[in-house]
Amino acid sequence: MTDRLEADAETARELSPWRTRAAVFGEFWHYFSQNRGAVIGLVVFTLLVLTAIFAPLLAPYSPNEQFRDSLLKPPFWVDGGSSAFLLGTDALGRDILSRLIYGARFSLFIGVAVVMIAVTGGILIGLAAGYFRGWVDVFAMRIMDIILAFPSLLLALVLVAILGPGLVNAMIAIAVVFQPHFARLTRAAVLAEARREYVTSAKVVGASNLRLMFVTILPNCLAPLIVQATLSFSTAILDAAALGFLGMGAQPPTPEWGTMLAEAREFILRAWWVVTFPGLAILITVLAINLIGDGLRDALDPKLKRS
Amino acid sequence: MLRFFISRLGLIIPTFIGITIVAFAFVRVLPGDPVLLLAGERGMDPDRYQKLLVQFGYDRPIWEQYFHYVMGLLQGDFGNSISTKRPVLQEFFTLFPATLELGLCAIIFAVVIGIPAGILAAVKRGSWFDQATMGIALTGYSMPIFWWGLLLIILFSGTLGWTPVSGRISLMYFFPSVTGFMTIDSLLSGEPGAFRSAVAHLILPTIVLGTIPLAVIARQTRSAMLEVLAEDYVRTARAKGLSPGRVIGLHALRNAMIPVITTIGLQIGVLMAGAILTETIFSWPGIGKWMVDSISRRDYPVVQGGLVLIAGIIMLVNLVVDLMYGLINPRIRHR
Repeated sequence: MTDRLEADAETARELSPWRTRAAVFGEFWHYFSQNRGAVIGLVVFTLLVLTAIFAPLLAPYSPNEQFRDSLLKPPFWVDGGSSAFLLGTDALGRDILSRLIYGARFSLFIGVAVVMIAVTGGILIGLAAGYFRGWVDVFAMRIMDIILAFPSLLLALVLVAILGPGLVNAMIAIAVVFQPHFARLTRAAVLAEARREYVTSAKVVGASNLRLMFVTILPNCLAPLIVQATLSFSTAILDAAALGFLGMGAQPPTPEWGTMLAEAREFILRAWWVVTFPGLAILITVLAINLIGDGLRDALDPKLKRS
Repeated sequence: MLRFFISRLGLIIPTFIGITIVAFAFVRVLPGDPVLLLAGERGMDPDRYQKLLVQFGYDRPIWEQYFHYVMGLLQGDFGNSISTKRPVLQEFFTLFPATLELGLCAIIFAVVIGIPAGILAAVKRGSWFDQATMGIALTGYSMPIFWWGLLLIILFSGTLGWTPVSGRISLMYFFPSVTGFMTIDSLLSGEPGAFRSAVAHLILPTIVLGTIPLAVIARQTRSAMLEVLAEDYVRTARAKGLSPGRVIGLHALRNAMIPVITTIGLQIGVLMAGAILTETIFSWPGIGKWMVDSISRRDYPVVQGGLVLIAGIIMLVNLVVDLMYGLINPRIRHR
């Protein structure tokens, strides 16, 4: 037994922080890669990110270039379509494929920005509430409860109405609506961790409140937050598209997928392609992220694992 | 039980006060003067402006205005709509049955398909049925429902011509509203074909609104079933030689349903958010469309009142679900 412990201690000494990290990642990857759907999701998502980054190189045309002589052209495999516009054109003669490629930039950016704002805000509130307890906790959590009492899309819609329609305001509104989930998760995790011995020992050594909160406790609360962040990433894209669809998000002629759908609505019975492709792009993106989310949950949190 | 009830009530009262503060603050932080808004585009002379300012109490301190507002709410005074001049509460109750009817149909659709699918997927874990069901469920969960609605319209209304595109019933039928539920009212009216028309109008919106709850319920049922099937008492029941149907239907299902029922209760918020999109797509004259229209029309009293009413209803439903949960499961009560 003691031999075993000594050997363990030795390996622990041998492992530099970098190596430990590599080992942790290796274990994570082992679990993650067992989930076939998650790997597919990751591949699709990587392709989407590449599409967004290299949009100017990939897109055949500028997203706002109007071809006045080819309005509402169908995709190339349909009668009347041409290989010049692979997925057809919209009512203003803009190439749908090019708009979709540029649209990937908006959707991914929306997802990243919303999650960053919501996670940062949520972690700060949740840490403060869980660490200080008392009135800070009661006050912060009551406010979170109030935000959660409204249907998220409705509250986001009203917030955008106050701030004024637009992509940035839509992102802020969605982030505000998502934040309580992160605050609650952080608080719950902090409450559980703060009682542990390593926290007490850090306190005894004289670590400051800030150090205890951010360096000692926070890293151990991250697993559920990462899972929630992936889920919110996909929901943010959906909600932003919904706001765009309702005319409250990105404004035309921005090639945001939800806004494209809103513009296409009046043509649904005449030109199915202007409606089909932007929505398909949203679905594929959100599905890929949700597949990754499922895989992350399985890999990061063995307790939550779908047996 | 009484203590449990009181503690839950104690939790929701501050939240409700918060909701009224949010709704009240909403009109204050909006750009623009609420009195000028009433005047519309014509403008208003200073005398009349001053008079209205006093009449609506905007000259008094803000806390007094809030107090006045809440007292009004408690007496059922939610103000009047700017565009229709009718009381907000009255408009809400004329439109609410439409949303309720759609919401109920959607949740029934989700439960009737979702629970059996989830159970089968769990029982046949790893089979093609399980994989296909879970694949479809995740797709449904990821679905932008506003697009889903448009696709269904293209297919079933446009190409096949099976279902109508919008509204609750064909315009050729006219009968008085008794319950507010179009399906029931059309039956009561006795007009031939009216019920068929009402049901045809309901089908697509029900599918669209029910898609996400269906996906969530199927996934939740499957994982709850899997958890229960791994329990010792299920093994015991099997070892005793009970038939698989009895083990699954009687021993496992009952316990697996507890988290599923909670999930169903939680779907009301999802349904309300979904109603905003579904009603907009299908021109369904309910609360969701009313809110969207009022927001774009800048009809602030409606938005304000609608926020309080919708959040209040969701809160009440959650409270009822909570209390029922406490009744079914004594462990919750004594926590």
